[in-house]
Amino acid sequence: MLNFTLRRLAQSVATLFVMSLLVFTGVYAIGNPVDILINPQADQAEIAQTIARLGLDRPLWEQYWIFLKGAFSGDLGKSFAASIPAIELIFERMPATLELAFMAMLIAIVLGIPLGLLAGLKPDSWIGRGIMAGSILGFSLPTFWVGLMLIMVFSVQLGWLPTTGRGATVDVFGIPVSFLTWDGIRHLILPATNLALFKLSLLIRLTRAGTREAMLQDYVRYARAKGVPESNVVRVHVLRNILIPIVTVVGLELGSLIAFAVVTETVFAWPGMGKLLIDSINVLDRPVIVAYLLVIVFLFIFINLLVDLLYTALDPRVRLKGAR
Amino acid sequence: MNATLSPGREFATGFARDRIALGAFWILCLLLLAAVAAPWLTPQNPYDLAQLDILDAKLAPGAKAATGYTHWLGTDDQGRDMTSAILYGLRISLGVGVLSTVAALGLGLVIGLVSARAGGWIDALIMRIVDLQLSFPAILVALILLALTGQGVDKIIIALIVVQWAYYARTVRGAALVELRREYVDAAVCAGYSGARILFRHVLPNVLPPLIVVATVQVAHAIALEATLSFLGLGMPITSPSLGLLIANGYTHLLSGKYWISFFPGIALLVTIVAINLVGDQLRDVLNPRLK
Repeated sequence: MLNFTLRRLAQSVATLFVMSLLVFTGVYAIGNPVDILINPQADQAEIAQTIARLGLDRPLWEQYWIFLKGAFSGDLGKSFAASIPAIELIFERMPATLELAFMAMLIAIVLGIPLGLLAGLKPDSWIGRGIMAGSILGFSLPTFWVGLMLIMVFSVQLGWLPTTGRGATVDVFGIPVSFLTWDGIRHLILPATNLALFKLSLLIRLTRAGTREAMLQDYVRYARAKGVPESNVVRVHVLRNILIPIVTVVGLELGSLIAFAVVTETVFAWPGMGKLLIDSINVLDRPVIVAYLLVIVFLFIFINLLVDLLYTALDPRVRLKGAR
Repeated sequence: MNATLSPGREFATGFARDRIALGAFWILCLLLLAAVAAPWLTPQNPYDLAQLDILDAKLAPGAKAATGYTHWLGTDDQGRDMTSAILYGLRISLGVGVLSTVAALGLGLVIGLVSARAGGWIDALIMRIVDLQLSFPAILVALILLALTGQGVDKIIIALIVVQWAYYARTVRGAALVELRREYVDAAVCAGYSGARILFRHVLPNVLPPLIVVATVQVAHAIALEATLSFLGLGMPITSPSLGLLIANGYTHLLSGKYWISFFPGIALLVTIVAINLVGDQLRDVLNPRLK
């Protein structure tokens, strides 16, 4: 296990290094770094000063070294728009995105697993077919359009829920969260549902396929022959066995939820880092874009690493293969 | 035309067995036809400003314009007939989706074949790049690319190619590795054919059919991704309004209850994506020898 963990860790560091090279190439070699990192409204003296500070007059490998040092010490330049360090701006917005992503995942799990189980146990009934038809629709509907329609129905037509923003927040350990106030929950429902829809469909399909496969196994037949009540067969024998792939997918999809939050946040004006990215792109606030990029890459590599380790802990077969 | 052993007739009956898929196929044909023939089908060219009348702006669906023409799907804030705008948008969406998928398929094919054939460190390097890219969601890769390069039709097509090629490259490499061990390849080598000829004339036709099926479904993904990026303001420029851009345009009017500017382009997008998915699924089932 330790061997595997260390190897996987080394892999992650290597990926991080490659990604930093790619980002660097994107910003410094393809684009013009003077345009990207220096405020277009800056005067001559300021431009010269920034060029010197970022080392843009040095050779390329030296620039990369300065870039790396900056990235590791959290100095990614100041936002043109807000005039505070870009990285601070990202961290300020991160809790909102994480809250949205976790809430969406929670909705997907709480609804997806029971629905998938139901569809898997009764694949030919109208309810099973209905659930599957719904999941196909959930896969095909573009997230942003569903968001618009949710706003149209629940906010504009029915007037039940607010359209934009985060509502009242409460500080927990200095981090503002929405889900502890009634107003916050009301603001959270629509965006979280919107973001959850795709993952919900995915979980339904995954659970259904796993259930159908598990129901044909000998251990299910044996449990039934032994006289175990059907509800126990499902809970103890079927559900436990299909949970491992589900846990993995849930973990891996968390990263993609954070990425897709960009869309949902834009539709619902949710003040997370995805909305920040789009706003920054629109006003060409490039240090923030670069900072977002590095943060999200780091986050992804971290999540992938975590899921791999968790999976290994859950399923010993993987560990044995990895140790070889 | 059909590269599998089954004749076209058998394929057609196999495909038509599923009524829903057949219906989806006809809807898709209709959509393609409507998109291609948009200039002749629509009452106005929605992007010819001379044909627009600002007095007709934001008419509800079914309302009559000053000219006496009925706008069945309403008009947008410029007085543009939504039916016309949707057909022109469909054209751009389908065009971008198909073009980028075909280009990505071609690129992935060549890279995958070369990777399988070359082996060694070249193969390892290419596959690491593929792994790395596939560990990030497509939308994120496209967003980052467009954030760095700026927007434009060419740039969004490049972004869509970049997010798709890796998937094909990995699939082709896997299939080609199997094919390269077959006897007909040995026979071709004995016949003294060059490596490139064997790869592209002999191996390629054998790995292509399953890939085309995958590509069908990928067109739907590409269209959805392009629409999303356009909605975020990073995709198509205002001069080539795809369905995504039409929806984004209606977003501001949604809150005042003028739902149709966003709603109908969304329905068009949804029908297109669902139809392509259903046809793709059925294609996969019919062409999959394991299900026969």
